[in-house]
Amino acid sequence: MNFSLIFESFLKILNGLALSLEIIVLSLILGFLASILIVLMRLSKNILFSRFSRGFIFSIRGTPLLVQIYFIYYGLAQFSFIRDSFLWIILKEPFWCGVIALTINTSAYTAEIIRSGLNAISKGQIESATAFGMTKFQTFKRILIPQALRQSIPAYSNEIILMIKSSSLVSIITIMEMTGIARKIISTTFAPIEVFIAAGIIYLFLNYLITIIFRQVEKRYSVSY
Amino acid sequence: MNKLFAIIASLFFVPLTLSADWTEVRIGTEGAYPPWNGTNAAGELEGAEIDMANELCDRMGVNCTFVVQDWDGIIPALLNGKYDVIIAGMSITDERKEKVDFSVGYMTDGACLVVSGDSQMASFSPSKESINLFNTDAATKQVTGQVVALLKGKTVGVQGGTIHQNFVEQYAPSAELKTYSTQDDLNLDMGAGRLDVGLADCGAFDDYMAKADSNLTSIQPTLSGGPFGDGVGGAFRKDDDDLREMFNAAIKSALADGTIGRISKEWFGRDISM
Repeated sequence: MNFSLIFESFLKILNGLALSLEIIVLSLILGFLASILIVLMRLSKNILFSRFSRGFIFSIRGTPLLVQIYFIYYGLAQFSFIRDSFLWIILKEPFWCGVIALTINTSAYTAEIIRSGLNAISKGQIESATAFGMTKFQTFKRILIPQALRQSIPAYSNEIILMIKSSSLVSIITIMEMTGIARKIISTTFAPIEVFIAAGIIYLFLNYLITIIFRQVEKRYSVSY
Repeated sequence: MNKLFAIIASLFFVPLTLSADWTEVRIGTEGAYPPWNGTNAAGELEGAEIDMANELCDRMGVNCTFVVQDWDGIIPALLNGKYDVIIAGMSITDERKEKVDFSVGYMTDGACLVVSGDSQMASFSPSKESINLFNTDAATKQVTGQVVALLKGKTVGVQGGTIHQNFVEQYAPSAELKTYSTQDDLNLDMGAGRLDVGLADCGAFDDYMAKADSNLTSIQPTLSGGPFGDGVGGAFRKDDDDLREMFNAAIKSALADGTIGRISKEWFGRDISM
């Protein structure tokens, strides 16, 4: 075990931390916004909306993220009508392909987390809200969403941790985030153990931070029955 | 319970190299770099190096099995004892010699620059068809300078951890370098138009360029020497000199009687034996 190599790699990999965080944070924000839309569609009375949303969640949760990243980056680029369209401005960039893949992936999982949070709320509360004369939107905003989000905190912190780890997969589409840099170091040092230990320490530290932050958040907001 | 624990623990310490008299040899290859070593539709390994390795094993009178390993980890896995020799289009370079020992070279292919047929670079015509970077004459230097100028500011794609990556990093540091884990991915992105230039062994582009809808074309000069090393050889652990000598003898005899030349013609369409 070459400890100085671990340390050197550690410093080099840290150069990719900003890019990793950019990808993770952007995907989480976009994915969260998308997930609310997906939940609304899923719960909609319109059968087209709910079917679409159900199919979307099923296919995204049912396929590996690696395949989704490959499909968006290499797959879509095979069609000349996509390469000739305005979409190519975004899809040409590995960074955006990575963000899109992670966003789509987390939106499906987050939608299920929020939906299960909503399901935990008793029907009686909705009926009471209606009896008070609240509109559907008001009921959603005042009664359902606050409770569903609080209910979802533990599961959502888990999703963030999964996303931090999943972000390492985008290194396969030439993005030089932390894992990309690690793989590059390995290609010249031929020492995968030392380099991946260094990368692993950084991921572990990030997830440690998330765990601590969410422990506090849970203490403050989580509902206990 | 203690006995069970001892048995399980001992499993972790079984020596990986079982015999030193070499009746069984495990060959590590990538299986993703045709026509050197590829995988056919049935999932079987095929290619010039696969045929050559089988021929060498016959000559040495040993039983050979192939182990497929991603390029990323191909040297670490050799050092860890997953197999005994790498035969995977690996060029003999000083950087790799620090970790492994090489057999004599058996084949050598120049490196080709590939561009889109529509690009301005497609009409690039240097004064020499090929350059060997070990040479220091004026003509070689001039063409090298032209290539370096051509790559300046371009997006260049290579497979990661290869001589081609080393060349771009050393000679054209101002190019935007993209590294791929397999040649296939590099070809796909070349076809998608995300790259200005692709750089790999000339033969590695042939299959993809032959596809009907491919608009790629290779430009001169072909490159060799310098960071491209001294041809392709088998790589061995540093303490397996006996095995390396066995391969050296077999390679030399197969080169001398033209067998490797014939195999390379079959797969590359030209004789690239050394």
